Amino acid sequence: MHRCLSLFIVFGAFALPLTAHATDAATITRQGNGKGAAPCIACHGVDGAVQTAAGNPRLAGLDAAYLQKQLDDFASGARDNAVMKPTATALGEDERQALALYYSKLPLPPALAKPTTPMPAIDGVGAVLATRGDWGRDIPGCVQCHAPGGVGVGAHFPPLAGQPAAYIEAQLKAWQNGARHNDPLQLMQHLSRALSAQEIDAVASWFAAQPLPAAGATP
Amino acid sequence: MSPRAIRFPAMLALVLLAACTSKPPTKSAARKTPAVATTTRSAAARPAVAAKPTALVFVPPPESAIPAGPLGDVIRQGRAIFTDTPAHAKAYVGNGLSCSNCHLDAGRLANSAPLWGAYGMYPQYRKKNGQVNTFGERLQGCFEFSMNGKAPPLDSAEMVALQTYAWWLSKGAPVGVELKGAGYPKRGFKPPQAPDYTRGETVFKKNCALCHGDDGQGQQVAGRNVFPPLWGPQSFNWGAGMHQLDNAAAFIKANMPFSRGDTLSDQDAWDVAMYMDAHERPQDPRFNGSVSETRKKYHDTPMSLYGTEVNGHLLGAPTSGH
Repeated sequence: MHRCLSLFIVFGAFALPLTAHATDAATITRQGNGKGAAPCIACHGVDGAVQTAAGNPRLAGLDAAYLQKQLDDFASGARDNAVMKPTATALGEDERQALALYYSKLPLPPALAKPTTPMPAIDGVGAVLATRGDWGRDIPGCVQCHAPGGVGVGAHFPPLAGQPAAYIEAQLKAWQNGARHNDPLQLMQHLSRALSAQEIDAVASWFAAQPLPAAGATP
Repeated sequence: MSPRAIRFPAMLALVLLAACTSKPPTKSAARKTPAVATTTRSAAARPAVAAKPTALVFVPPPESAIPAGPLGDVIRQGRAIFTDTPAHAKAYVGNGLSCSNCHLDAGRLANSAPLWGAYGMYPQYRKKNGQVNTFGERLQGCFEFSMNGKAPPLDSAEMVALQTYAWWLSKGAPVGVELKGAGYPKRGFKPPQAPDYTRGETVFKKNCALCHGDDGQGQQVAGRNVFPPLWGPQSFNWGAGMHQLDNAAAFIKANMPFSRGDTLSDQDAWDVAMYMDAHERPQDPRFNGSVSETRKKYHDTPMSLYGTEVNGHLLGAPTSGH
């Protein structure tokens, strides 16, 4: 059975190179694409949701269009990242699309339902910014766009819940300093510049501590 | 001395100082603590508005000041209804909208029809129904039109909670005085050219579709609006204030795109208001069987497109099967 499958894949690769290309996202995640793209699992984990001190983001369950845009933006420099740029650049258009689809369909690991970090105080700086914002500075609550609980909505407002605090913090700082400028209507560049380092730290911790639905669910 | 007692005179001093130096207080300074002060010049936060020389600046109390105990519980309940109306006032809501969709920051934000700007202005004679309305009756109108639902009884728990929340937000505001930032800033706000549907569509695609969707139907998670529908069966009906171009244009100019208020040109705001309000939406509950008669009776103004034809469609015409 395995041999049949292998034969089919090999044969398919010759017969329909484009189609076959698009179907081997799982292989790229494990081995890279042989043209300079590193294997995704090395940093993002086999389940697409590894939790590391370095703050590599969860990819599992994210919107496919969002993920593909990020790969395109890493390649173009609209999202400047030294690690992702060479990999994104080495991926073909169809490979980016296939990888985005692959990760969008990965189920959420059960561990995300019970975050390891403690829940910050309900009236703390992070909670207030996340759920209320500070309209005196034209800052809406983050959840007003990223959906209640920060579970994300659509192709442009990714989930923040359960992302590592270090990742969220790094993104807010990347928007502040312009390394990341791929946000529609400059919404995040504008908002991030209104935030202090302490506020960024607090709001990142708040979202990192938010639970996500159990395995199999996609927010 | 409590921190709040210290902040109040500090705030007052700041506002008065701002008035003396002919410089309006910054929004951040002006929103921390309850305070009222008279400014001596046009505090022109919104350039389109011809501010009255004696406009009052009011800042509602912070949420953290909601008291503990039964009164505080009802205030918090009112806030909960206001910010997630379908969840907390389900029986009276006919769409998925929440009060806070049009009254931003939970009814606190100036130029977004804040509750504290309305509370002290009632009872008030309203041309809309030819009667003197209490604040509660005004809220009932919101449910009937903006929420496309039905009016909660004045003594219902929902209505008591909403009124208590509005009262609390207005603590310290004068009664019967139009405050700066009340309503939407539409006084003197006119379109340079007549609003245009096609230009509005371009503005919409560029600035609004990101959140409200290409089809204007908003975006939902788990059946709940994250971004509200702007037209169609799940939006406000033809009797709602937001269907009027001047209201919509002023709201959009001051508050949209979300968190980027005052970035659209006046023309863009009017054009996109026209685009939004030229789409079909639920029937006016006062509909009397005839679109032209209903227009004549309730929509006889160039600010309403009800009963007019746009792109070959008569707006407000009953659809078959409804």
